[in-house]
Amino acid sequence: MTGAAIILFWVVCALAGPQLVPYDPYATDILGALAPPSARHWFGTDQLGRDVFSRVVVGARDILVVAPLATALGVAGGVVLGLVTGYYRGAVDNGLSRLVDVLLTLPLVIIALLALAAIGASTATVVVVIGVVFTPLVARTVRAAVLSQAALDYVAAARLRGERGPYILFVEILPNVAGPILVEATVRLGYAVFTVATLSFIGFGIQPPSPDWGLAISENYGLIGGGIWWIVLANAAAVASLVVGVNLVADGVQEALAT
Amino acid sequence: MTPAPALAIEDLDLAYRVRGRDVSVLHRLSLRIGPGESYGLVGESGSGKSTVALAAVRYLPPNGRVLGGRVLVAGRDLYGLAPEALRRLRATEVSMVYQDPGRALNPSIRVGEQVAEIFRLQGLPPARARDRAVEMLARMRIADPASVADRYPHLLSGGMQQRVAIAMALSTDPRLLILDEPTTGLDVTVEAEILELIAQVRAELGTALLLISHNLAVVAGVCDRVGVLYAGSLVEEGPTREVFDTPRHPYTVGLMRCLPQGGRRKDHGRLDVIPGFPPAPGEGAGGCVFAPRCGLATDRCRAEAPPLHDLGGRLSRCHYPDLAASLPRAAADGLPASVVPDRSGPPILEARGLGKTFGRVRALHDVSLALHAGETLGLVGESGSGKTTLARLLLGLVAPDPGGVVALDGRALAMARRPDQRKALQIVFQNPDSALNPAHSVRRLVGRALVRLARVRKPDRAARLLGLTRSVQLADRYLELKPTQLSGGLKQRVAIARAFAGEPRIVVCDEPTSALDVSVQASVLNLLAELQARRGTAYLFISHDLGTVRYLADRIAVLYLGRLMEIGPSERVFSGPHHPYTASLLSAAPVLNGGSGGRVRLEGEIPSAIDLPGGCVFHTRCPRKLGPVCEREEPALHPGAEPGHEIWCHIPVGEL
Repeated sequence: MTGAAIILFWVVCALAGPQLVPYDPYATDILGALAPPSARHWFGTDQLGRDVFSRVVVGARDILVVAPLATALGVAGGVVLGLVTGYYRGAVDNGLSRLVDVLLTLPLVIIALLALAAIGASTATVVVVIGVVFTPLVARTVRAAVLSQAALDYVAAARLRGERGPYILFVEILPNVAGPILVEATVRLGYAVFTVATLSFIGFGIQPPSPDWGLAISENYGLIGGGIWWIVLANAAAVASLVVGVNLVADGVQEALAT
Repeated sequence: MTPAPALAIEDLDLAYRVRGRDVSVLHRLSLRIGPGESYGLVGESGSGKSTVALAAVRYLPPNGRVLGGRVLVAGRDLYGLAPEALRRLRATEVSMVYQDPGRALNPSIRVGEQVAEIFRLQGLPPARARDRAVEMLARMRIADPASVADRYPHLLSGGMQQRVAIAMALSTDPRLLILDEPTTGLDVTVEAEILELIAQVRAELGTALLLISHNLAVVAGVCDRVGVLYAGSLVEEGPTREVFDTPRHPYTVGLMRCLPQGGRRKDHGRLDVIPGFPPAPGEGAGGCVFAPRCGLATDRCRAEAPPLHDLGGRLSRCHYPDLAASLPRAAADGLPASVVPDRSGPPILEARGLGKTFGRVRALHDVSLALHAGETLGLVGESGSGKTTLARLLLGLVAPDPGGVVALDGRALAMARRPDQRKALQIVFQNPDSALNPAHSVRRLVGRALVRLARVRKPDRAARLLGLTRSVQLADRYLELKPTQLSGGLKQRVAIARAFAGEPRIVVCDEPTSALDVSVQASVLNLLAELQARRGTAYLFISHDLGTVRYLADRIAVLYLGRLMEIGPSERVFSGPHHPYTASLLSAAPVLNGGSGGRVRLEGEIPSAIDLPGGCVFHTRCPRKLGPVCEREEPALHPGAEPGHEIWCHIPVGEL
């Protein structure tokens, strides 16, 4: 419930942010730069005098588009791949399983970083790269669920009726692995938020001057030593709250399905 | 002063708290087990029998609550004891053996160690405890107990694991031993050995027994007295023989009639059934709990709950105990005349030289058999005998080893079958929970089969669907439900409807009733017999329960370790002369009316299918082994006493 409330809050920010915030998030005010939090600027201002509160609220927009899209892509790809490999097994299955093993030894961000360095960073490429990196990971979970279903007699009964592969995969098996897929999707969404923010932080995600949390942390973390803490804190808190919110929902989904 | 009973349950009222509500599972239950007495508690699933076992050791789940009454073990009130006193009581006075020994034993500790732990807890030094453990295993008739003690549980067979579990339970020399379905997962021959062991050990140690089972015959062989539990109430109690010979409660009468016992066959008419369903826990107020399903119920039964009438040494919770035996039959008589299968023509389905090897496991070897239109071929054998593998080969779900042929109407079937070939051969699986897709409604499950197998076009589909589901006696209101919302018997009807959608000529029934309660089993068997009589469908009927096979089968094939031992007309296989293995199977099956005249014992365990014995595969356990010839040569087929009866044994038929 709490998780859903947090997510809902950020979704509202993303949708209606520009209408809600007190300042234009892009408006610079060099004279009022680096002002600490006050009644006028709740979270202070940044190096260009832009209002941090407004930028945090509006900054929800990009991440809330990119992360779910990337997750959806990864889950869709992973479900298809997991169904096919779990049901047919064989060589494709073996190959994919080794690939997943390799991927799991490398941190997600490193792989994404390499891919983005190769094809160039843009919002679209971030979505595709995270989606593609997620695909084998989701496939692994789906495959495990499919393996146990494929051994059940209703699949044998379908084969004895002469059903074709796609029917068995998508009509017979898919509804019975929906639970694990849903759990996996919510867990992946949490990772996706984190990954997008991380990529932005290292400059491969959302590009300036867009208000983005990861980007803002990256641009301003050097200032913490000079006592300018509010910019990083506000943005870090935003990332953290969204990740926690998504993970709370993931836990909730898992629990609801377990009973 | 007489010694305190081993277990006394007095007016026990027990409920489980479900969603903030108390759901009553036992009502005013009383029973008393004297020192050294053996008491059997029988009932169908949901009757509360396992709850009785748990209540008797105060091991209820967290939501279980005792609302009234007392449980006394060896004279002490179990629910009034402090934790330490309770622990000591459990350590010394009462032990329990569960259904699944594989889960009751700790998989990471050697079994000898597990048994020795109990002796160490009693204060023995480790070396002495270990000796006692081995002694205890030897007492369980385990050959070579010292080497068994050194093994981990997963290296032991189910029967051996259960012996170890019983050894552990008896190591404390308890006054009361509770056995909850101790043989349910075991093969008949193993079951017979375990039951024999229980009876012997009880005689030696003088332990009182509470044996809980759904199987009346198991209780009949072991117990002095029996109690019949229905919907949380004890409806009848008395000396075992008397209760089973002359039951005095309509429920017991009905239950006994459901059993395909004493050589009943499908051409003798239907089995009787108990109409309706048991009440859901907590449901049903006022009147007799059984009244809604009782053919004798009067207004008095519906209004006034009967007390437990004392009938001189036995009890019955019925207003009319003397009328119980006159309970009218609930199943309609007049089964359509059974078609006498015509075996003169060519068979519709034939297997020739069928074998299957999974890696190093030789699941099936050189099996040939034929099935004619309208007949039932029963397939019996213990677990691991290859019954299910044979079924899957016939259906084309797995490919046979090269050389094996499955032929329909004389034409060999390829792995990829044509629609009309698929339609001809269908299956009813053992476990409907696995066989019915839980995500689909009954309408969809059956409807899809009509589309795929019967090629029914849209305008006719609804009518055909209703026709089909009604023919398996499935009420229309179930059509929109998902399988998880149905009872076991209803699910199996859905599975049967699906199998019959394409009007198959052959249906493989793989233990279709083994997951069902007795009263439900009877109605499913009736249904199968009726469908066969109406449509002339041939069945390959797989079962480990000989009574069930005998009821339905025209011919019987006996499998052991993937090989045919014997095949022949049903009555001939039962009456003999038969293969020594068949003889041992028949004598191992527990029977209701006692009289187990000299059991044919099997030595040792079923050999591994990876390392099969040479010669006759049965020679390692055969009670009638001739000598070296059995170890060297695989026996050839011997014609039996009449045409169509074949036995694979070196012993000449005349001497079998």
